[in-house]
Amino acid sequence: MPIRRPQSRPQTGPLASARRVAAMVRRYWYLIRGSWPRIAELAYWPTIQMILWGLISQFFTTHSHWLADAAGVLIAGVLLWDILFRGQIGFSICFLEELWSRNLGHLFVSPLRPWELVASLMTMSLIRTAIGAGVASVIAIGLYAFSLFDLGPPLVAFFVALMLMGWGMGMVIVAMVLRYGLGAESLAWVALFAFAPISCVYYPVATLPESVQWLAWSTPSAYVFEGMRAVMVDGVFRWDLLAGALALDAVYVAIGAAVFAWAFAAARRDGRLLQTGE
Amino acid sequence: MTDALEVSGLRKTFGEVVAVDEVSFSAAPGRTVGLLGGNGAGKTTTISMLLGLLTPTAGSVQVLGHDLATDRYAVLPRMNFSSPYVDLPHRLTVAQNLLVYAELYGEPDPRERVRELADRLQFTELLDRATGKLSAGQKTRVSLAKALINRPEVLLLDEPTASLDPDTGDWVRRYLEDYRERTSATILLASHNMGEVERLCDDVLMMRRGRVVDRGSPAELLARYGRQTLEDVFLDIARERRSGDRLEPVS
Repeated sequence: MPIRRPQSRPQTGPLASARRVAAMVRRYWYLIRGSWPRIAELAYWPTIQMILWGLISQFFTTHSHWLADAAGVLIAGVLLWDILFRGQIGFSICFLEELWSRNLGHLFVSPLRPWELVASLMTMSLIRTAIGAGVASVIAIGLYAFSLFDLGPPLVAFFVALMLMGWGMGMVIVAMVLRYGLGAESLAWVALFAFAPISCVYYPVATLPESVQWLAWSTPSAYVFEGMRAVMVDGVFRWDLLAGALALDAVYVAIGAAVFAWAFAAARRDGRLLQTGE
Repeated sequence: MTDALEVSGLRKTFGEVVAVDEVSFSAAPGRTVGLLGGNGAGKTTTISMLLGLLTPTAGSVQVLGHDLATDRYAVLPRMNFSSPYVDLPHRLTVAQNLLVYAELYGEPDPRERVRELADRLQFTELLDRATGKLSAGQKTRVSLAKALINRPEVLLLDEPTASLDPDTGDWVRRYLEDYRERTSATILLASHNMGEVERLCDDVLMMRRGRVVDRGSPAELLARYGRQTLEDVFLDIARERRSGDRLEPVS
């Protein structure tokens, strides 16, 4: 005798995928909503960084013609760097939540596809970044009369380029955690900082020794920060830099997706989807 | 009629270790099959492969007529599981956790489904409580609700009553009997609890060191070993006794 089941909603197609992604976003949103320290944490670090660099900036504008001509370039740098950092860590942390709560087994016997989980992690990283960087940006207006939003439409381009890089890196970090277990979780916090010196957040790429400048030009972030300085110092939007950033983003995301797919297949082969957690 | 579960030549190795070896069985719709064996016998590894969480080294698994290796997503909405090796997120409330899964499984009215399950499994008063603050018995009910959220036609349960007191354990067994009665679902039950297996299962697979070493209905096994309880049969198998012969794997 077949089971009498009410007509369930479609299990395949874009609408079904969107429904499952929305369910996962809801799951992560419940986590944030239910804990004020988690909400505060989203804005805490970007705000502290912004205040610190704002003060440094104020000091240097009286001692540097370059900074005096482009007031706010350091604050813009720190806020954009934080968008990159939040984009990556927002993605990775949500996945770590599943490992900490030993929930992966439940998720992957449900109809949720791995790419749908990735899409929900991207959505949550977008939400977390918007909250964290948004609050810090608004406080910067009050404290230093500097508005990141004055960058205008280029800000959207910078935001997109940095988020894509963060997601590419997030996928690689999540893959490492899937492959090597929670012992690798600290990568989520520290991996991106290896890119800080070559991203040239606070100084032009030309400042780097010539022999390592190619390294900088292999990160989308260096293109973004050069582009930011071009807008703020020279008053021009460099389409070539945006094109470079987006082309590299495509490579980063493709590598991230490939490494994630490999790690997921390896986790299924080695039995790590069921026995995860502390 | 197509078997709900059809497992053929299932094998899993981790390096040199053979965790599951040549396991084959089938289960007709509405049957309850028990996987019985000691620690490390291969029960959880077998269940993981039946869920598609673990890739077999060899062999095939068909669930409701779909090959799990190639057509997994066609059948996942129609099956579910519960295991002590996985948890629901502790910081979410019971209702939030179940709502997320009701959405993932495409329930037409997720809130109504959660209310209905809470009512049936008698935990309505727990819906707004954080899942991490539940007692073991309460967690088991909620975990069972998650496993039933999509009205599965195939239900895989790994030690569903482990660490429960006798009263709660009995309650869960009665509920499972009732669910099977109402829905004709096929249940695969891995357990250390011989009484539970004897009570719930139509067929029993006795596993040892990754292999099925004997099988049959509880009554057949009792008769074959000349024992009064499955626990004695289990001990005979664990100690490799059957009428004085060494046990050989059965196919």
